[in-house]
Amino acid sequence: FSSSIPKQKKETVSVHFTDSEGNQYSANAKVGDNLLDVIIENDIEIDGFGACEGTLACSTCHLIFKQADYDKLPETPTDEELDMLDLAYGLTDTSRLGCQVIVTKDMEGLQVSVPAGVSDARGPS
Amino acid sequence: KCQRRLYTNNNAVPHVAIIGSGPAGFYTAQQLLKGHSSIKVDIYEKLPVPFGLVRFGVAPDHPEVKNVINTFTQTAENERCSFMGNITIGKDITVADLQKAYTAVVLSYGADADRTLGIPGEDLPNVISARALVGWYNGLPHDKNLNVDLSCKTAVILGHGNVALDVARILLTPISILAKTDISQHSLDVLSKSNIKKVYVVGRRGPLQVAFTIKELREMIHLPECKTIIHKDDVAHLQPLIEKLPRPRRRLTDLLYKTGCTPSEKDLKLWASAKRQWELQFLKSPTKIVPTDDKKIKSVSFTKNTLQGDDIVNQKAISTEHTEEIECGLVLRSIGYKSVPIDNTIPFDAKRGIIPNENGRVTGVSGLYCSGWVGLGPVGVILSTMTDGFNTGKLILKDIESGLIRHVPKSGKEKILPVLNEKGVKVVNFMDWKQIDKTETQKGETVGKPREKITSIEEMIHATKT
Ligand SMILES: Cc1cc2nc3c(=O)[nH]c(=O)nc-3n(C[C@H](O)[C@H](O)[C@H](O)COP(=O)(O)OP(=O)(O)OC[C@H]3O[C@@H](n4cnc5c(N)ncnc54)[C@H](O)[C@@H]3O)c2cc1C
Ligand code: FES
Repeated sequence: FSSSIPKQKKETVSVHFTDSEGNQYSANAKVGDNLLDVIIENDIEIDGFGACEGTLACSTCHLIFKQADYDKLPETPTDEELDMLDLAYGLTDTSRLGCQVIVTKDMEGLQVSVPAGVSDARGPS
Repeated sequence: KCQRRLYTNNNAVPHVAIIGSGPAGFYTAQQLLKGHSSIKVDIYEKLPVPFGLVRFGVAPDHPEVKNVINTFTQTAENERCSFMGNITIGKDITVADLQKAYTAVVLSYGADADRTLGIPGEDLPNVISARALVGWYNGLPHDKNLNVDLSCKTAVILGHGNVALDVARILLTPISILAKTDISQHSLDVLSKSNIKKVYVVGRRGPLQVAFTIKELREMIHLPECKTIIHKDDVAHLQPLIEKLPRPRRRLTDLLYKTGCTPSEKDLKLWASAKRQWELQFLKSPTKIVPTDDKKIKSVSFTKNTLQGDDIVNQKAISTEHTEEIECGLVLRSIGYKSVPIDNTIPFDAKRGIIPNENGRVTGVSGLYCSGWVGLGPVGVILSTMTDGFNTGKLILKDIESGLIRHVPKSGKEKILPVLNEKGVKVVNFMDWKQIDKTETQKGETVGKPREKITSIEEMIHATKT
C-alpha cells in the first residue's frame, strides 16, 4: 500500500555542537525543527539542556553562534527570547536559545557551541 | 592486609542521602546517578509530595517552568534512586542517623522561613508574608488556612524581587485566567471576590537596583486589564546611563525607562481600558504600619531614601528626613526567604540564614554537603539551583574517588526504614506520589484545571491508598 504521490522525505542538514569541554557532537538536523529538537532527537547528552522543554521559560538551551552564522539566521530574537537569554551564564552578543532557532536548508555544516553551563554559579571551586 | 582493604573499599557501593526533593535535591541526585554506575541515592522529603518550590513556589500561571518535573520524574524512576516522602529530617530521623547509614549526606532542604521587617504594626491582621501568600495560592498544606482579606481596594507589596511581582500579578490577573491554572481552589474563591484595584510595589532602593528580572516586569506591563504606573520623575534620569550598563541590567533599565517616559501605543491602548493598576515606587523604607481604631491596616509610613556609593548599580539606600504615607488595607512583605536549622548538630549561620559551606562541602563536617538555596541563600532561579546541584554532585563523586570521604560499606535506607516503621511514620514512595498525582489531575479535569492540588497531608496519604 502506498499513496500515489511518494511522500517527500524530510530534508536534513548536518549541524555540529561543541560543548564546554571541547567534545564534538554531529547531528542530523531536520529542516523545520528547532535546535533543541535536534539535540534531543540525536541523543546528545548535555546536562540540564532544555529544562523547560522549549517553552521559553528557562535559558538552559543557550547556544553560541559564530558572528557570520548569527547574522545569517532568518529570524531575529524576540524580546521574550532576549529576556530569557539575559539570565543565561556566559551571555554573548551572538547567543541564542536553541529552542527558538529553526533549522533551515542553508545551515549545512553549521557549528555552534554549548557554553559551559553554569559552572560559575558560586565562583571557581 | 593492605590489599584486602583496598579490595573491599573499591567494591563498596556508595549510598548518598539527599534531604529535600526540590530542584537542588533532584539535580544533585541526577548528577550522582549519571556519574557513577552503582551509586544509590535516597531522597528524603518532609512533605508527602515531591518537587519543593517547583510545586509550591513557582506561580500557577507559569506552568512551563514546571516542565522540569518531567526530568525529576525520570531521576526518581531510576532503579538506583528512591524517593521517600512524609519524613521530616531532624524530627523523624536525625542527620546523625543518616550520617551513620550513608557514605555522604546532602542538605538541600531549601529556605522555607521568611525575613521580617521588625517595624511596629507588623503583627496586624492582613500584614502577610509573601511566602505565606504564595504557599496559600499554591496549596501548601501549612498555609491553606491563611486569613487573607481582599475586601480592601489597595495593597502594598514591600520588596522589589520576582516574588513581589509574582504576588502582584496573582492579585491583579483576571480571575478567568487564574481559573484555568492549578491555583488552589480556596484561594481562587477568595480572589474571585477580591476588591483590590491598586497594588503598590515599593522598594528601598532605586530603579537601577531592582532585583526582579525583565521577563517578570514585561509580563506585568502586558497584564490584561491592568495599567502600569512608573513615574517619569523616577526614571527620566536613567536615559544617559542605559547604554553603559551591562546587558541584562541595560535591557531591564531600558524597559523601566521606556514604560515610564515613552510608553508604546500598545501599552497606552491597554492602559486606557484598564480596570486595575499597579505602581512601582522607589527609595522608600517602611517604618510603621499604622492601624485604624478597630485594629485594621490604615496605611504604611515610609521614610524616603537617597542613594550613596560610587558603583551606580550597587548603591546603598540612606534614609532622609522626609516621610510618606500610603493608605492600604493589605500589606505583603516580600523581602526574602531564609533557611532554618533542621537539626542542632549541623553547622548553621543564623545571621545569613544559610549552612556555612565551601562550594558545597559543609564547613567542618566530612561527608556532609549542601546544595541549592540552603547553601547559596534564597536567590536565583531554577537554573542557578541546577548548576549548584550538578556541582555538588560532581564534588561528592570526586571526594569518594579521591578517598576524601571514607568509603566503607553502608546500608542506606535499609537501615533507616525499620526505624521509621517502628515510629509509625508512613513513608510515601514515588509510586504513591504517582497515585496522588493521578487523583489530582483527575480532579482537575472535572473543573477545567490541569490539576486540583490536594491541600491536606492526611488526604494526600489517603490518596496513596486508592
Ligand atoms: C515564590 C517563588 C517563585 C519562583 N518562581 C520561579 C520561576 O518562575 N522560575 C524559576 O526558575 N525559579 C523560580 N523560583 C526559584 C526556585 O523555586 C528555586 O531556585 C528552587 O526551588 C530552589 O531549590 P531548592 O531545592 O534549594 O529548594 P526547595 O525548592 O525549597 O526544596 C526544598 C525541599 O526540602 C524539603 N524540606 C524542608 N525541610 C525538610 C526537612 N526537615 N526534611 C526533609 N525535607 C525537607 C521541602 O519540603 C522542599 O521540598 C521561585 C521561587 C519562589 C520562592
Ligand atoms: S528550553 Fe527552556 S528556553 Fe529553550
